[in-house]
Amino acid sequence: MSVDFDALVIGGGPAGLSAAHTLGKYGLARTLLIEREAELGGIPRHCHHAGFGWFDLRRVMTGPSYAKYRTRLLKTAKIECWTETTATDWAGSSALRTLSPNGLETISAKAIVLATGCRERPRSACLVPGSRPHGVFTTGALQQLLYINHQKVGRRAVVIGAEHVSFSALHSLERSRTKVEAMVTELPHHQTYPIFRWLTSTLHRVPILCNARLTQIFGAKRVEEVEISFSTGERKRLACDTVVFTGNWIPSHELPRLAHIEMDDGTEGPRVDTGLRTSREGVFAAGNMLHGAEIADVAAIDGVRAAQSVLEFLKGKNGWHARAIPIETVAPLKWIFPNAIRSPADIPPRNHFILRAQTFLNRVTISVSQQERVLYRHFFNRMVPNRPYYLPSHWISRIDSQNPIVVSL
Amino acid sequence: MDTLFDVAVIGAGVVGSAVANRLSRFETKTVLIDAASDVGAGTSKANTAILHTGFDATPSTLEAKLVHRGHILLKEYARRAGIPFEETGACLIAWNEEEQRALPFLHEKALKNGVTGLQFLSPEKVYEMEPHLGPGIRGGLLVPGESIICPYSPPIAFATEAVINGVTLRLSTEVTGVSVEEGIYRLKCENDEIRSRWVVNAAGLYSDTIDRMVGYDRFTVTPRRGELIVFDKLARRLLSHIILPIPTKVSKGVLVSPTVFGNVLVGPTAQNIDNKKDAATTDRGLCFLWEKANTLLPALSREEITATYAGLRAATESGDYQLHCDPEKHYICVGGIRSTGLSASLGIAEYLVEFFLNAGLNLVPKERYLDYQLPRRPQEFEFLISGNPDYGRLVCYCEGVSRGELWDALHAPIPARSLDGLRRRTRCLQGRCQGFFCLSKVTSLFTEVGVSTSSLLEAPSI
Repeated sequence: MSVDFDALVIGGGPAGLSAAHTLGKYGLARTLLIEREAELGGIPRHCHHAGFGWFDLRRVMTGPSYAKYRTRLLKTAKIECWTETTATDWAGSSALRTLSPNGLETISAKAIVLATGCRERPRSACLVPGSRPHGVFTTGALQQLLYINHQKVGRRAVVIGAEHVSFSALHSLERSRTKVEAMVTELPHHQTYPIFRWLTSTLHRVPILCNARLTQIFGAKRVEEVEISFSTGERKRLACDTVVFTGNWIPSHELPRLAHIEMDDGTEGPRVDTGLRTSREGVFAAGNMLHGAEIADVAAIDGVRAAQSVLEFLKGKNGWHARAIPIETVAPLKWIFPNAIRSPADIPPRNHFILRAQTFLNRVTISVSQQERVLYRHFFNRMVPNRPYYLPSHWISRIDSQNPIVVSL
Repeated sequence: MDTLFDVAVIGAGVVGSAVANRLSRFETKTVLIDAASDVGAGTSKANTAILHTGFDATPSTLEAKLVHRGHILLKEYARRAGIPFEETGACLIAWNEEEQRALPFLHEKALKNGVTGLQFLSPEKVYEMEPHLGPGIRGGLLVPGESIICPYSPPIAFATEAVINGVTLRLSTEVTGVSVEEGIYRLKCENDEIRSRWVVNAAGLYSDTIDRMVGYDRFTVTPRRGELIVFDKLARRLLSHIILPIPTKVSKGVLVSPTVFGNVLVGPTAQNIDNKKDAATTDRGLCFLWEKANTLLPALSREEITATYAGLRAATESGDYQLHCDPEKHYICVGGIRSTGLSASLGIAEYLVEFFLNAGLNLVPKERYLDYQLPRRPQEFEFLISGNPDYGRLVCYCEGVSRGELWDALHAPIPARSLDGLRRRTRCLQGRCQGFFCLSKVTSLFTEVGVSTSSLLEAPSI
């Protein structure tokens, strides 16, 4: 079976929901949103902590209420949504093949918004050797087991990573009365806000092992012990029955890669311009597929921005006529989002770029330049890896339309 | 437990299941026994997933003969039973002068083993066929018949077909002792005894232990560990053939191969170890494979890794199979099958049936035999979804496994009762997210068949 729409949004998480909602609000009737889960809302559905919604909706909610709120917004906009519908592959340049309880379908659309989010790298992708017992999870799997299946996962856990999401995993574990023995990070410090760190050390008494790596897992049926190696060469064994791999995001970028859409080496998601257009005409992207992982609010704001570009495109303003000038970062910077500029008239979501560092940086000046010409300098007192830093975007009016833009220290 | 079986097959790996499958075609009472809780859960589950032609086996060995025959039979069987396989062909690649000199010998060896159609390849031709291979290739040899196959399905299909045709399957049953009384074997298990006229020892890593229980001391199994890395499906486009190294005396070396599921696999290592239960990966092994992958197929370094695992091959001090038939004692030993069990399985089974016939076991072919077909993929057969919407309701997105397929695996003649069992039957949880999206949904399906999540995950008692 084959159907046709003006706009197709793939993914019913914060970015997809807000993109579809925006398209509906401006009266573009023929929009379809597809979501592979049975329920809309995406990852926030099982993030049972507060902190959702401030930036996009100006109210503070927990993840599940945020997901419900966004779903309700979409329902009121009367956008067609198909849940339990998975996009499996492309069928030409502007159509996708899907699988759902209704069978196999081909959905074509003039504009496609990819909002498939990101996931955490599991143990295998981190090449952690050892036996392969049960009890090794990612935060995603852990939180679904805890909050959807109401299943206590273990007694003693080790959390790999020390960024925001790692503390979310720690919070979930402690709430289900699983003692966290340690958090392990390869970096010299944790990467969350000092208040979270303070809470974990006083409330839960969890040590953070820095400059350390998980180098082996032991156990026959269930995890029994792990080996942690420090950069000093010292090795230490910790008894535990659960290991949770947190953070270390990889975008769910299969659809753009299958379509040979240009990817960005830093974010590992598709390269997008400030209007969130990918390299392929008619294909837009939004959310954590572009920047793993920002908070849901930021993803939702992307959705609004992508929807604006879609509306312009459908009205006949083709942004792809201009050449995309890539924005590259130089180490120790990790990535920048958006990572291309087509037109200085397109402002990025929230009027700024998001920048990430690979290492801890103190008192640094970031310069944005094209060849020898410096377009803009920005001072940061401190940059912490795995945390977003915002770079104002007013300099984009000064770019020339030829040379790549380089962001460096 | 008064049943007296005609044949007891110890070990429900790929070889034992194949033997039971072939025996189930005759009017015999057969029992298939395994210590594990599932079929194909030992050595058979972790291999390179290649159906070898046997072109590089030592000519005139039993292994050479049975791999060659098994290869033909398994292809036939796979077509009928719906076991996924793909005849990609293999390229033997010479990376230095010494290896280049070995190519003509390999060609000759292949001819001796009855494998024909091999072609020498110039470096230019190799790069034309496989443009992503690393630099420095000196030459190659194309072996057309080599295929990739689903490694999990054959033992499951063999055993299921055997069971629906009357073979008794005894899982979680470890044979701890063997005695003979009045020409009848008594296999001692934990709670009872299994009586049988004949015994086939296909116990893989433990075939030496069983052989000793029967009263021989012929060989010792030394587990040879092989580690493997599976790359993301996005890497599949980098490769179209199985890329084989020039084999050495120790091992076939590290190969790069596509898999029938659309991944790319690199491995195996070869390391002799003492512990028959130690299928752990090692830092050294994985680093070695990672570097090897980057040399063989440099573009792999930019792709994600989906899985790493290790398997144990049942190697012995001998260079050939430990296949001993003892008509007097009514005992057959099929040990030391090393790494070729999958390819040779049906060849071995056919060989044993012939032996049984010669040894005077009265094998009368069954009048009615039920052929078994593995469940079909709804994505390829859309009418299944219109019949049952659950076939279109995906649970595991990475591998495209629907709720309907999972239900089938949980209610099959040999049902999945562990996550690992379900993985092997459906591929759920084997994909790139390794459970990030679907673990909780998959575990809750088990509660419908009475298996709790905590026992599935071996959760410590709380």
